[in-house]
Amino acid sequence: MKTAERQFTTISGVPIEPVYGPEAVKGIELPAPGEFPYTRGIHHDMYRGKLWTMRQFSGFATPEETNRRYHYLLAQGQTGLSVAFDLPTLMGYDADHSMAEGEVGKCGVSISSLEDMEVLFRGIPLGDVTVSMTINSPAAVLWAMYLAVAEQQGADWARLSGTLQNDILKEYIAQKEYIFPPRPSMRLVTDTIEFGARHTPRFNPISISGYHIREAGSTAVQELAFTLRDGIEYVDWALERGLNVDEFAPRLSFFFNAHSDFFEEIAKYRAARKIWAYTMRDRYGAKSERSMKLRFHAQTAGCSLTWQQPYNNVVRTALQALSAVLGGAQSLHTNSLDEAYALPSEHAVTLALRTQQVLAYETGVAATPDPLGGSYFVEKLTVDTEAAANGYIRQIDEMGGMVPAIERGFPQSEIASASYRYQKEVEAGERVIVGVNRFQADDQPIDLLQIDESAARSQEKKLAALRARRDSARVQQALDRLRCAAEGTENTMPYLLDAVRSYATLGEICDALRGVFGTYQETTHL
Amino acid sequence: MSRPIRVLVAKPGLDGHDRGAKVIARALRDAGMEVIYTGLRQTPEMIVNAALQEDVQVIGLSILSGAHNAIVPRVMELLREKDMTDVKVVVGGIIPDEDAETLKRQGVAEVFQPGASLEGIVGFIKAAAGV
Repeated sequence: MKTAERQFTTISGVPIEPVYGPEAVKGIELPAPGEFPYTRGIHHDMYRGKLWTMRQFSGFATPEETNRRYHYLLAQGQTGLSVAFDLPTLMGYDADHSMAEGEVGKCGVSISSLEDMEVLFRGIPLGDVTVSMTINSPAAVLWAMYLAVAEQQGADWARLSGTLQNDILKEYIAQKEYIFPPRPSMRLVTDTIEFGARHTPRFNPISISGYHIREAGSTAVQELAFTLRDGIEYVDWALERGLNVDEFAPRLSFFFNAHSDFFEEIAKYRAARKIWAYTMRDRYGAKSERSMKLRFHAQTAGCSLTWQQPYNNVVRTALQALSAVLGGAQSLHTNSLDEAYALPSEHAVTLALRTQQVLAYETGVAATPDPLGGSYFVEKLTVDTEAAANGYIRQIDEMGGMVPAIERGFPQSEIASASYRYQKEVEAGERVIVGVNRFQADDQPIDLLQIDESAARSQEKKLAALRARRDSARVQQALDRLRCAAEGTENTMPYLLDAVRSYATLGEICDALRGVFGTYQETTHL
Repeated sequence: MSRPIRVLVAKPGLDGHDRGAKVIARALRDAGMEVIYTGLRQTPEMIVNAALQEDVQVIGLSILSGAHNAIVPRVMELLREKDMTDVKVVVGGIIPDEDAETLKRQGVAEVFQPGASLEGIVGFIKAAAGV
């Protein structure tokens, strides 16, 4: 191809100019890090004051096995925990349900009752360790279990610190692990935000997530726009509930993908902070600076990992992690080299954690905030990303908000089109994936974590024993009271807490809620 | 001229990651096939019934959760029970090599692992459907 014909674009298709100069940044304001609108970071000293939290997402098989992995990770210098649940748990089914066949413990840890949660955190003081939980549709139930374990450990709820993912909107948009229809789901989310504002002031009741939107094939701009518009939706619902914006907004947290296009990602994080700050101040009249500061977790892009030549994934992950750090992330997960195949082996996850430690302690990139601030290219990309995302946000506003937009399939079909376009570019060789469509070679085999059906059998046995042992009358009563609360407008959290304390199982609790709320089936837009 | 190839693209199990299934569905459609996409969380029974009703020549199963060893054999068994062994089954997703071999021994026509090209998948399905 002749140079003149060659198109330079970001991985999302944004054109890149031959060179950027002073004219690219004319009129762009650049207040210092820690100052509104926080484009350059939410703290004036950034990582000089406190490094990002190294938080590896982890969970597999039984609670016993995952608990051992957590103790190992903490011993290796990891600074927070992040729980991955298996698909039956994510979908509100007990391990012994017929829909759970073949899925127990495969994509994460299996949790069916408070008893499992007690085992998961055995020997881990919840008052001291921050814990993130990736759970969405049944998030309120799992959070109730977590709070009940903290209570048993004697930890004060007011001291608990961590994050519940609890972002149901991106499930309808991208990851598709939903149980109930959007509106009752939004009510449950609002219940947790309200309960959190009153009882767990240091816990993030939601992590508004672009990660899964990007993994589903969106562009960087779509990831940013849909995520922030989801955030706006949660704020609207909480205000509608009667909360004051500054009561809950400081505890809204975000979660973005760290994909492969280095500068585009950095621009995305910078634009995210800027848009959110203006939204909170001008759209909602927030007064507290903490309400305006967008805090985010980043995870390197699982969808960029390749099955071919898996050691190349170490390099991809390191560069993606660097973009998250240069973009000012508050916490970070680095993927393991074997994750195109399976959940990571202990060896692979250790190497992924070491990647973060090398970045933090050897490269010097944490020594000054926003080191790319003022770069002609990065500043121009930041304002262009901001403008494009704001365009989408306006479009969704005009549809009446994110719930109506989801109901008409708007974000879903935008993402499906972007992902198909990208795949065709890969197919045509316009996008190079090293080891896949260029520079192929024979693969070297790697050792993988194997999860067999013994986890399922062990969980089924424990559940049967639990059902035989517990006070069934108390369980029934707690479920009846929960059903009643769900039919009304009361906050469901106290009833969920009672239900989990009675050792009602996740499946039983979700069945009670399915009875009241119904279930959701999407209309697929190809 | 023969009628177009009819393909059922299905997502069994609890896994909601449908990026691959949707990309494949579009690619098959662009290649001139008639594609029926089942949507999410289909049981083997639902999938085989849909294949029967829609009179497809090929079933494409997309599984990324690791549940393939429980799900695929059940689909194959139901096809045999309903005397539908002429329907070709292809599987795409995160399927380790040894499992792929096992699935093929059970009658799966082909397993497409991550990195498989759209062109290769389209070509295989055309050949499998006898076009």
